[in-house]
Amino acid sequence: MTPVGPQHFLAVAAMLFCLGLLGVIMRRNVLVIYMSLELMLNAANLALVAASRYNDNLNGQVMVFFIITVAAAEVAVGLAIIVALYRKRQTAHVEDLTSLKL
Amino acid sequence: MQDILFYVFALLTLLCGFLVVANPVSRNPVTSAMFLVLTIVSMAGLFVLLHAYFLAAVQILVYAGAVVVLFLFIIMLLDVKAEERRKVKVFGIVTGILSVVAVGCILITSIREGMANLPRTQAVGDTISLGKLLFTNYVLPFEIVSVLLLVAMIGVILLSKKELK
Repeated sequence: MTPVGPQHFLAVAAMLFCLGLLGVIMRRNVLVIYMSLELMLNAANLALVAASRYNDNLNGQVMVFFIITVAAAEVAVGLAIIVALYRKRQTAHVEDLTSLKL
Repeated sequence: MQDILFYVFALLTLLCGFLVVANPVSRNPVTSAMFLVLTIVSMAGLFVLLHAYFLAAVQILVYAGAVVVLFLFIIMLLDVKAEERRKVKVFGIVTGILSVVAVGCILITSIREGMANLPRTQAVGDTISLGKLLFTNYVLPFEIVSVLLLVAMIGVILLSKKELK
């Protein structure tokens, strides 16, 4: 077994990103889609931290710090939108929210 | 020892991530949120293995402590019942899996190709060095992010008013 290197961490990040993408495409509940988005953000964070560690450069970790901050703000706004939507339509199911469809 | 820990945390992360997305037993969003906590905590373990101690702490504090709690609050507020089984469209599943496989192939090839000339030394992301970097090179983005948080807060207050005018 080869010693654990950057490839291993990046491979885990890639697989996690694919899982998040699968969730965004296949699930129908807005909240679960949102959680899958968080998974994808986390996968990007893991890839950035691994790249930062093995390139001996801390700038990647500062980037992850900012990503976490922005993700927190994004979650707050997104969940507020979901609550407003639920008040108006009484549903959290994406197939019921098609008024923008042509 | 570190290699074993890596495999344990990686397996835990991927397994819990899968259970967030496609839990075969329950389709309740609360279960997904709980597995999201587990995913985030095991990912913090991976951060510690990468010597990013500060980010591991922030990951647990912000994600597991704030974001998932917010998710659970909203689930409680909306009183979302378990997703009832609707007819799953075969077209959706096929396109979903195809696109995920395509993205996965691109990512794996790029990982294979891009591993050359790594330096010998490796960065350690402890609080002191990260804080120094954050308050010297990155002061302006840091301040702008605080403004962003303020804007997000005001936006949330406006959005959650009873009457949207």
